[in-house]
Amino acid sequence: MAKVKGAIVVDIEKCKGCEVCIPACPTDVILLAEDVNGKGYHYAYMANPDACTGCANCAIVCPDGVITVYRKKVNS
Amino acid sequence: MAENIVNNDIIKEENLVYKKTDLLTDKSLSYCPGCGHGTAHRLVMEVVEELNAQDQTVGIAPVGCSVLAYEFMDIDMQQAAHGRAPALATAIKRLYPEKYVFTYQGDGDLAAIGTAETIHACNRGENITIIFVNNGIYGMTGGQMAPTTLPGMRSSTSPYGREVESMGAPMKMTELVAQLPGTYFVTRQAVHTPSAVRKAKKAIKKAFENQKLKKGLSFVEIVSNCNSGWKMTPVKSNEWMVDNMFPFYPIGDIKVPEE
Repeated sequence: MAKVKGAIVVDIEKCKGCEVCIPACPTDVILLAEDVNGKGYHYAYMANPDACTGCANCAIVCPDGVITVYRKKVNS
Repeated sequence: MAENIVNNDIIKEENLVYKKTDLLTDKSLSYCPGCGHGTAHRLVMEVVEELNAQDQTVGIAPVGCSVLAYEFMDIDMQQAAHGRAPALATAIKRLYPEKYVFTYQGDGDLAAIGTAETIHACNRGENITIIFVNNGIYGMTGGQMAPTTLPGMRSSTSPYGREVESMGAPMKMTELVAQLPGTYFVTRQAVHTPSAVRKAKKAIKKAFENQKLKKGLSFVEIVSNCNSGWKMTPVKSNEWMVDNMFPFYPIGDIKVPEE
């Protein structure tokens, strides 16, 4: 069966770690990293990349527009 | 950094689903983390991009948190004196009637010092779009009480909560301008969840397209959070907004043109 897999790329230096993307994700992919960026913010990253469906909900609510979303059909 | 390197088969140009519009500059937004202003900026620029009107749009920046909007929106922008954005937009629209002209204002700008300009621009039915970001507080100057502050809501100038008896009741600008004959489309939206953002974008797009009909002013209120002013985390402030702001400022269309 064809499955949709997604991935996000976070612009780490522009992420302000506001966490608005975390409740927006329906599959609980995103968490804040332990590390901080140059401004001292914990940035968002894919903690659970296998679950991402590329729905783009996180990118749509991101106030700073730091998330880029990719989606691909894969055959499992 | 290693966390961000995921499946390289997926991260390819042809699989791109969503990226920040090129009409927003690469500068970091000056807003606090989690502020709805960033999302509102992006929606306006996405609409301008979809209308293919980057060189046909003039935006008016207000005074307030979004005073630097011209730094982030890659279109022609003019910064207005405090509250005077609708007056300036009137002038620009009359000089360039074929351009899309919008103002982007907060509640301290539009509902307090600029009340007269707003109401008269709406009453004259200028063919402009007003984007009104309402977070119920003066964000930039340190969280003072605004005309839109809710009853009982704490701010730095109402530390025990707004008392309606002495400080007046909050003003519903959007309902107020909907009464005027000059407004064509009046709506209230929010940008806290993906579905709300999608609806808000549709409303903004409609408000821009209405300018070509020359039927009057389109007014889009966006109820937003001010996590710094409300002294909450961004996620908590969004929840507080749903519980407290939405009962007083209900989301939805207020004045829809008859077909």
